[in-house]
Amino acid sequence: MLDADFFRRWMTTAAASVDREAGRLTALDSAIGDADHGSNLQRGFTAVAAALAKEAPDTPGAVLTLAGRQLISTVGGASGPLYGTLLRRTGKALGDAAEVGEEQLAAALREGVDGVMKLGGAAPGDKTMIDALVPAVDALGSGFAAARTAAEEGARATTPLQARKGRASYLGERSVGHQDPGATSSALLIAALADTAEADGE
Amino acid sequence: MSEERPVGIVLVSHSAEVAASVAGLAKGLAGGAATVPVVPAGGTEDGGLGTSSELIAAAAASADRGAGVAVLTDLGSAVLTVKALLAEGDELPDGTRLVDAPFLEGAVAAVVTAAAGADLDAVEAAAAEAYGYRKV
Repeated sequence: MLDADFFRRWMTTAAASVDREAGRLTALDSAIGDADHGSNLQRGFTAVAAALAKEAPDTPGAVLTLAGRQLISTVGGASGPLYGTLLRRTGKALGDAAEVGEEQLAAALREGVDGVMKLGGAAPGDKTMIDALVPAVDALGSGFAAARTAAEEGARATTPLQARKGRASYLGERSVGHQDPGATSSALLIAALADTAEADGE
Repeated sequence: MSEERPVGIVLVSHSAEVAASVAGLAKGLAGGAATVPVVPAGGTEDGGLGTSSELIAAAAASADRGAGVAVLTDLGSAVLTVKALLAEGDELPDGTRLVDAPFLEGAVAAVVTAAAGADLDAVEAAAAEAYGYRKV
């Protein structure tokens, strides 16, 4: 079973990973976006880690809703409301249970991803974070490692796609040939989840 | 709807200057719109380009006179941030609505309509109609 501490460590692992990869995310975003994805997420996840340390929420749902709220209010770009909605919806779906099972988490993440699709209007194949998140959630039933692999493959598979949502969609065909920064950061978030589970021996 | 309780208008742009300028232009073109609260929420809190949920929430609170608040946005994260705040439920005043309208033309139509004492539905409709203004 996964408790609040597991979810806190997932978020701090994600914050460390975003910190480490911020330069790469911004480089991907300078090719087809406005070159702020890495620094925006870095600011957001730094605020998430600080808020979790300060408020120490005691259920998995409360950890994710607090994290989502921080992202909405601190990121400053479209990834803030999108990742914020992902974590908040997932957190709300987990309710106030003190511990949750992997199947519960998979179902809750599915609700979170549905919330992101509804908010942004993106579908699979639009060259967005959805292209990493949907395969990850689909694979989560087979374990955290499978979800990580699916998210990373999903992110890489955005390279030949033409963007149909967000700032990159203004580029039309010129968005082809670049890996999507949002799908890349989504794969980092899922990898952080798998790392956290592996550290636990799940 | 009572003229003493006008609909509030919030203008959300990636740029503080754009939000403030469009607010000034809309109020200027609306003539006697002194009673309509038109509040810009532009850029990030540190003055950069982007969207701040704090600035949006503060603007909506200050524009609220109890008759609802119409929020107009420019692009991308401005739209998504307002939608996410509305989905939160408790971040924006009751009766706050994201209005689907062109930013500048919609703002002028919204302020003029609100200044005439119209309710939130009428302000929203007037702003949305601005999509139909042909220039050629």
